[in-house]
Amino acid sequence: MTRLTACILCLAACRVAAEPSAIAIRGARIVPVSGPPIASGTVVIRDGLIQAVGESVAVPPGAWVIEGKDLTVYPGLIDALSTLGIPDAAPPPSGGGRPGAAPAPVPTPPATPATPPARGPEDRPSTTSWLNAADLIKPTDNRIERFRSAGFTSAVTFPNKGIFAGQGAVINLAGEKAGQMVVAAPVGQYVTLTTGGFSSFPGSLMGVIAYIRQVYLDAGHYQAERAAYQANPRGKARPEYDRALEGILGSQRMLLPATRQVEISRMIRFSRELKQHAILYGAHEGYRSAGELKTSGLPVLVSLKWPEKKKDADPEEIESYRTLEVRDRAPSTPAELAKSQVKFAFYSDGIENPRDVIANVKKAIDAGLSAEDALRALTLSAAEIYGVADRLGSIEKGKIANLIVTVGDLFQEKPQVQFIFIDGVKFEPVPELAPASPPATGGVQ
Amino acid sequence: MILKMLFSNAVALACALAAAPTVIQNATVLTVTKGTVKNGSILIRDGKIAEVGEKVVIPAGAKVIEAGGQFVMPGIIDCHSHIAAESINEGSVSVSSMVGIEDVLNSEDISIYRALAGGVTTANILHGSANAIGGKCTVIKMRWGKNAQELIFEGSTPGIKFALGENPKRSGAVANMLGTGRTARYPATRMGVEDVIREAFLEAKQYQASWREYREKMARGEDALPPRRDLKLDPLVEVLVGKRFVHAHCYRADEILMLLRVADEFGFKIRTLQHVLEGYKVAKEIAAHGAGASTFSDWWAYKMEAYDAIPFNAAIMVRKGVVVSLNSDDAELMRRLNTEAAKTMKYGGLTEDEALALITINPAKQLAIDSRVGSIEPGKDADLVVFDKHPLSNYAKVQKVLIDGDTYFDRDTDAGEHAQKDARKKALLDKEKAKPKEDQKKAAPSGARRPS
Repeated sequence: MTRLTACILCLAACRVAAEPSAIAIRGARIVPVSGPPIASGTVVIRDGLIQAVGESVAVPPGAWVIEGKDLTVYPGLIDALSTLGIPDAAPPPSGGGRPGAAPAPVPTPPATPATPPARGPEDRPSTTSWLNAADLIKPTDNRIERFRSAGFTSAVTFPNKGIFAGQGAVINLAGEKAGQMVVAAPVGQYVTLTTGGFSSFPGSLMGVIAYIRQVYLDAGHYQAERAAYQANPRGKARPEYDRALEGILGSQRMLLPATRQVEISRMIRFSRELKQHAILYGAHEGYRSAGELKTSGLPVLVSLKWPEKKKDADPEEIESYRTLEVRDRAPSTPAELAKSQVKFAFYSDGIENPRDVIANVKKAIDAGLSAEDALRALTLSAAEIYGVADRLGSIEKGKIANLIVTVGDLFQEKPQVQFIFIDGVKFEPVPELAPASPPATGGVQ
Repeated sequence: MILKMLFSNAVALACALAAAPTVIQNATVLTVTKGTVKNGSILIRDGKIAEVGEKVVIPAGAKVIEAGGQFVMPGIIDCHSHIAAESINEGSVSVSSMVGIEDVLNSEDISIYRALAGGVTTANILHGSANAIGGKCTVIKMRWGKNAQELIFEGSTPGIKFALGENPKRSGAVANMLGTGRTARYPATRMGVEDVIREAFLEAKQYQASWREYREKMARGEDALPPRRDLKLDPLVEVLVGKRFVHAHCYRADEILMLLRVADEFGFKIRTLQHVLEGYKVAKEIAAHGAGASTFSDWWAYKMEAYDAIPFNAAIMVRKGVVVSLNSDDAELMRRLNTEAAKTMKYGGLTEDEALALITINPAKQLAIDSRVGSIEPGKDADLVVFDKHPLSNYAKVQKVLIDGDTYFDRDTDAGEHAQKDARKKALLDKEKAKPKEDQKKAAPSGARRPS
């Protein structure tokens, strides 16, 4: 009993009194990610932050104490690209592009039936670059609790409809008000290469690329025009306000889709041309492009939705060698990226059950990724990529107290998340999603 | 000067170290421009043709390709292809000059390898014909295995696609036909196509003037904001100043004359007329404008505007002084352009060299890459095809294809790899078949996982 649920002291007393001044997890195995694991140490949480961590940290007086024997403390996991908290987001574009084949244009349904077809870049088609995920967060999104229960304490969440879908926010996956959840915003512009079909611009992949290029040119021109007007408005024509360009100018980095090798090369080149800080997402053929990615210096978000044969695939269909290869080797992408020292993080890519997300991380581990690198990709690397490593991603003094406490290893067959701390607030996995029966190998209880 | 010489020597030395010279010997060499060398040899150094003749000096360490009884011709050039690109038409607008094939090149398109196997080494990859003014085009070499950027024919003049007639006007009507309730795209007539081109160039001239004005202001030291860059108009200004070639899809004589007149009026040139099935009717006018013609040998009647075609089209235009090429417009036809060329000997009586020129030096001239490719002459790129029989015979099969002196296709190597490739594929299939069973086994105790 004590092994599983860890003894919490003075619980009754604290209920009566105010919130505890501090929580201490004592004598636990600690994996800080930013440094080597601590076989037995203590983490002290106060005011939502990590107050102290180490082998011989004293438990402050009056603190709740969690006995950490047989427990492991990890930083909370981060889903590096998601729509968590934005319940009406469109299903994400598939990360598992069809290798070898030219992607069929994905017609985007017009926002309203009355929307006339776009006649060029000037109409700013499929653009909502000004949307800010931080303004759209709904704490009631029921996916939040599900992901939290599996150990995800943060997500980088984006509006995801259109070419310039909008700006993302790093959010914590707990809070009663949206405002409490936001850790950092805006953190980047989510870009997709969706087309408008044959009758609305852009109707082709090259049209989308041309559109994006024109928008960045326009943004530069707009900025110069606006600055000149601000400096001396008299006698000058007033530049027209353009919310699409405002959104672009407010984005400090852009997320570009790149799943196949040709797409990875193309988007590396494109981001260089646009002179934007870019993050590539998708990367299933990253195992072929590790060297090129390393040279580019771009960070990569690897989709955990590994390509699979369609359930309703025609059994007579002869698949290409390349298709088979990608299905076989996509999970080895993280290992290859780690070997080449490419900065990468993982994202759920629309997988609904977070346990499947973790299971797919395990596939990457089976394909050669070290558990250490896997954990880093789910925590500190994601924080670094979005520039929030000063507050998230590892167990270090002064960082936000986002922690998960497990029995046994996080990447074991059936992970046993006992507690989740977000901003120092303790959560337990929701019962219906906790493992129904004790794992066959664990033998606890 | 001395420094420059030293530098070029250093470069030459570096190249020599990089690759050993190659000699193709004892072949019938069809140079196309300098006659045929029976029992001839070609020396290749640093990716270029160094020497051609009955006897060449074989340098020590040279790789020798024995081609006794075989035929060598320059790599075939296809002036109209849509392979190796992930999108072809930006059909939403009547002027789509802001888009370009270069942005969507797909170096993994298997059609590249298949084209190689048909002896094609260079192709002009065009935007489609859905709009009066289409997207930008790119000339590539079939460097199979290289990335998209490395396919691009370095230094080649970029192009832009124009299209006349049924395609650009029909595209506008599609939306209505589908009952979407949307207004049809302008234009819907040949008159409208002309109007779209004129309007676009009027706009381009204004745009050009606004930049000129800006530069003049800057030169006078005045404070000025640059005009907004317009990616739609930039390529049209390049057309006006001769830095971008117009490749115009057309069929009928009337629309061909219309386009030549519009170009004359705005002061630019039509570099090539594509398809140009009625070119034989207006060959003199085409020659006078200086446009090239890139046509089919005998592909027609697939729509109304393609009915008045004749198989003598290419030969007649040649005799009237037009630079003519035969193109494929198709990944399959692309693999047998040599037999397409042969047809012009039957229909129109072209000589062997004239027929071969239609798929080598002539398209090279049309694309202004004839100083680099299109014939077997010292100094040109070593883009060469070895056929087992005369390439104008329909029994001829491509044996080897070299680009920049490197072998990109070898029939024997290809055949030898089949078994190995099949085995690799079978291994992957077997591995995948075995997988669900493993998963089921794992899942069995708890029963919680469904088999994937």
